[in-house]
Amino acid sequence: MIKYLPSHEYVRVEDDNVAYIGISPFAAKQLGNVVYVDMPEEGDEVTKGDEFGAIESVKAASDLFAPVSGEVLEINEDLNDNPKLVSDDPMKNWIIKVSISDSSELDDLLDQAAYDELCAKESH
Amino acid sequence: MENEVKKTCLNRHHRDLGATMVEFGGFDMPIEYQNAGIEAEHNAVRNDVGVFDVSHMGEVLVTGPEAQLFVNHIFTNDVRAIADGAILYGMMLNRRGGVVDDLLVYRKAENEYFLVINASNIDKDVAWIKEQATTFNVKVENQSDGYAEIAIQGPNAEETLKRVLGIDGTDLAFYTFKTLEVENDNVIVSRTGYTGEDGFEVYASAATIQQMWDKLITVGVQPCGLGCRDTLRFEAGLPLYGDELADDITPIEASLSMFCKLDKPDFIGKDVAAKQKEEGTARKSVGLEINAPAIARHGYDVLDNDENVIGHITTGYRSITLGKNIAMALIDSKFAKLGTEVKVRVRKKVFPAVVVKKRFYTPNYKK
Repeated sequence: MIKYLPSHEYVRVEDDNVAYIGISPFAAKQLGNVVYVDMPEEGDEVTKGDEFGAIESVKAASDLFAPVSGEVLEINEDLNDNPKLVSDDPMKNWIIKVSISDSSELDDLLDQAAYDELCAKESH
Repeated sequence: MENEVKKTCLNRHHRDLGATMVEFGGFDMPIEYQNAGIEAEHNAVRNDVGVFDVSHMGEVLVTGPEAQLFVNHIFTNDVRAIADGAILYGMMLNRRGGVVDDLLVYRKAENEYFLVINASNIDKDVAWIKEQATTFNVKVENQSDGYAEIAIQGPNAEETLKRVLGIDGTDLAFYTFKTLEVENDNVIVSRTGYTGEDGFEVYASAATIQQMWDKLITVGVQPCGLGCRDTLRFEAGLPLYGDELADDITPIEASLSMFCKLDKPDFIGKDVAAKQKEEGTARKSVGLEINAPAIARHGYDVLDNDENVIGHITTGYRSITLGKNIAMALIDSKFAKLGTEVKVRVRKKVFPAVVVKKRFYTPNYKK
C-alpha cells in the first residue's frame, strides 16, 4: 500500500508495519537536481506531521514531513554519497525506513487517486 | 501604497515559455524556464549567452543646474571622476550610514544622470531622492514605468547583440553606455550586468524590448530567470539588496568601501563611513566555504567553535560553477580573517566552515 501526504511525501507500507518514506515523483520533478538529503539518525523517533529532515536542491531547501509516527529503523545511506538518486527514481529510493507505531495514522492519508488529483491541481 | 503585483511588458512571453513565476520586488517575475531550469540557464550565461528580463528595475532621471552636485551628495561614488557616457556603481546611504539602496549611475552629461535602482526599493528610493532634492536646483523624474530592460549576458553576448539585434557593442568598454535610435525609440545600451560575465543591458520602451526579446528567443538564445541571476551574481561576490545590504548594514560592513569616495567633500552618511573605515566595524561581510554537503542558506546562524552565534548567512548555495557549498555571511569581525574556522547551523545540525574570499568566481569582464 502506498499513501501520501499533501506535502508530497509517500509512505509505502510493507509487512510487519514497516514503512518506507520518500518523496513523490511529482515533488522530485519540482525540486530539480537534489544535492543533499538531510536525514535523521537511526533510532530517532519521527512524529506524524512533523519535520524529520530536508531535501536540498540548487534552488531551495524543502522540509520533509513524516506521514506516520514511529522509530527510524534505517536511513538510506546511498543518498549520502549520491543524493541525486532521489531525483532519478524517488519511488525506489526511499529516504527513511520507519517502524509504524500506530497504523490507524495511515487512514487519513491520501490514496493514489486522491493524490493524483492534488498533483493535477497543483500543476496549474 | 498599492499592493498589486506588477507585470513587466514581457510577462506573457515568460508564460508562453513555460516559466515558473514568483513575486519579486513587487513584480510577477520568472524564476526559471521550462526545458531548461536554473542550472542550464546558469551554465548558458557562464559558457555562451543568456537573456534576462530585468524590466522590474527602477530608473530615475536627475537633471538641472545642480544635478552633479546633488547626485554626488546622495551617492557614495564620485560622478565628477568619470566622463559622459560612463557608469559608476555605488550606494545611497541614510544618515546612520546604512544603505538606502545600491545603484548604477549613468552620466549622460555633466548635469544629467540616469539612476538604475532595485525594483523592491523604487518607492522608497524615489521618496528619499525627492526629499533630499528640495534644497537643490534639480529635477527628479521617476521613469521606471517608461523603461523596459533586458540583460544579454555571457561570453557570446557581444556577438549576439550584433548578429541578432544589429547593435554594435565593440566600442563599449566595461561600465560605459551609448544611446541609440532604434525605430524612433531612444535606446540605452550599456556594457554592464550582474552575472560576473561580459554582457550588456538594454533599456527601451516596452514595444522595442518585446521585439528584441522575441528576436533573441527565436534564434535560440536561452531565456534566464531570477533563479540563475541570483546564483550567478552570488558566485561573482556581488551583493543583493535585502541579503548583503540593508538600511541597517553599512558599505564598510559589507566590504564595499572601494565604492565610497571619502575624499569627496560630502555625501550623506560619509561621517559614518569615514569613522568605520578608520576604526573598523563590529561585523563584516565574508565568504564561507562549508565543508559538508549541507547548504547554508539566507538567515542560518554562523557559530564559533563553542557554538555561540557570531552572525548569519546572507546568501548561500551549492555553487553551480564550482560545485562547492559556499555562502556569504555577516559575522563578528573577530572571525573575519581569511582561513578562520567557524561553524554553520543547518536546521538541527552543525557543520564546519572556513572564511574565504567573497569573490568565489573570477569575473570575465571586458575591461
